[in-house]
Amino acid sequence: MCLAVPARIIEKDGDKAVADAMGNRWEIRITLTPEVEVGDIVLIHAGYAIAKVDEDEAAKTWELFEQIAAMEAERKGKSEK
Amino acid sequence: MSIERILTAREQIEAACDKAGRPIQIMEVCGTHTVSLFRHGIRSMLPKSLKMLSGPGCPVCVTDQGMIDVVIELAQRDDCLIATYGDMIRVPGAGGSLETQHRGNVKVVFSSDHALALARKHPDKTVVFVAVGFETTTPPTAVALRQAQAEGLDNFCIICGHKIVVPAMAALLSARNDKIDAFLCPGHVSVIIGADAYTPIVEQFGRPCVVAGFEAGQILEGIARICTQIADQKPQVESVYGAAVKNQGNPVALQLMDEYFETWDGPWRGLGVIPGASLRLKDEFSRFDALKRFGFAEVPTEEPAGCLCGRVLCGLIDPPQCGLFGKKCTPDSPVGPCMVSTEGACSAWFKYGIK
Repeated sequence: MCLAVPARIIEKDGDKAVADAMGNRWEIRITLTPEVEVGDIVLIHAGYAIAKVDEDEAAKTWELFEQIAAMEAERKGKSEK
Repeated sequence: MSIERILTAREQIEAACDKAGRPIQIMEVCGTHTVSLFRHGIRSMLPKSLKMLSGPGCPVCVTDQGMIDVVIELAQRDDCLIATYGDMIRVPGAGGSLETQHRGNVKVVFSSDHALALARKHPDKTVVFVAVGFETTTPPTAVALRQAQAEGLDNFCIICGHKIVVPAMAALLSARNDKIDAFLCPGHVSVIIGADAYTPIVEQFGRPCVVAGFEAGQILEGIARICTQIADQKPQVESVYGAAVKNQGNPVALQLMDEYFETWDGPWRGLGVIPGASLRLKDEFSRFDALKRFGFAEVPTEEPAGCLCGRVLCGLIDPPQCGLFGKKCTPDSPVGPCMVSTEGACSAWFKYGIK
């Protein structure tokens, strides 16, 4: 339940923002991290940014998601054969 | 994640365990860590003398059954909409779960913000937000309350099951639980409360506290730091999740929590009452309290017969040692909360098999 995903802020309007993770975009709130700017990467939990993180940290998670997606695709491919 | 990092951490763990010369038991407090340990096969990579114990850090698992029963009762009313995180809907209460007992008025939300949107959209209903979770989900609840106040959304209220982690860790140790040698501390709770929050655990109980994120390399590095501290007999607070966790946490979030909530000695499912480990709304915000609004007094709770979730959550037994595990209690037909949540210890043991 305490999972959070890193995403990049691509738009900001007051305490609302649009975040992008690997091409997926959604609206979040940046109420808890008022210092963030467009271009920053944040950890998002339950619709709220909870911390600013660096590029490296985000890259590690995104890489992991890609691996999981590839594994899932492979598994699906096998089950269809 | 680099293989080198994983191998280095593993070597450090082995060397430290040898040096310690005794069995080591580490409690991973957080349910997300429990799942990650299984999913990455980390348990099988650890020396035999090192054991990981699953802790009470799954919010669904520790939500009091009395609260679930109240939510289910509210779900029977035509004038209520229940807004809940998806994890909660399958938890069994005394007479069924939200999944089986609702009448179309239970809405799964991903954020407290969505619960507020429901209140705006349905002015004729009272929206009850099931506010559960630790310090990660509590600040978003506080933001929603502030927003409801600002907009005058009188049809929004919460049933508060928020809990805080550090007093629960202290309670586990105070109960003379000598099985726990150290804590692997939750990554995202620590983003909010900061690594310094664990200092009392180190000072009072002499147990290492190391904060880690959720990928395999980081978990192993966290375990390596703990084992090294134990081998060197130098317990301290450390973080291997510096990218997101600051010593002081997130000050905005902490201030908001403090503004709306106060601690009290509330019940944790399976564990009983833990001093100062539950949160409730401060008196001045009691109009947002669903229990007061609908006139619920305190609800007595009864644990399901034979369920040993409490002992599992304290790290006293592994899930397969419970007589119900895998027989009467499975993820399809759970008896205890640790089997319901995907982050519950019993569910993870059932899904990923026994070490």
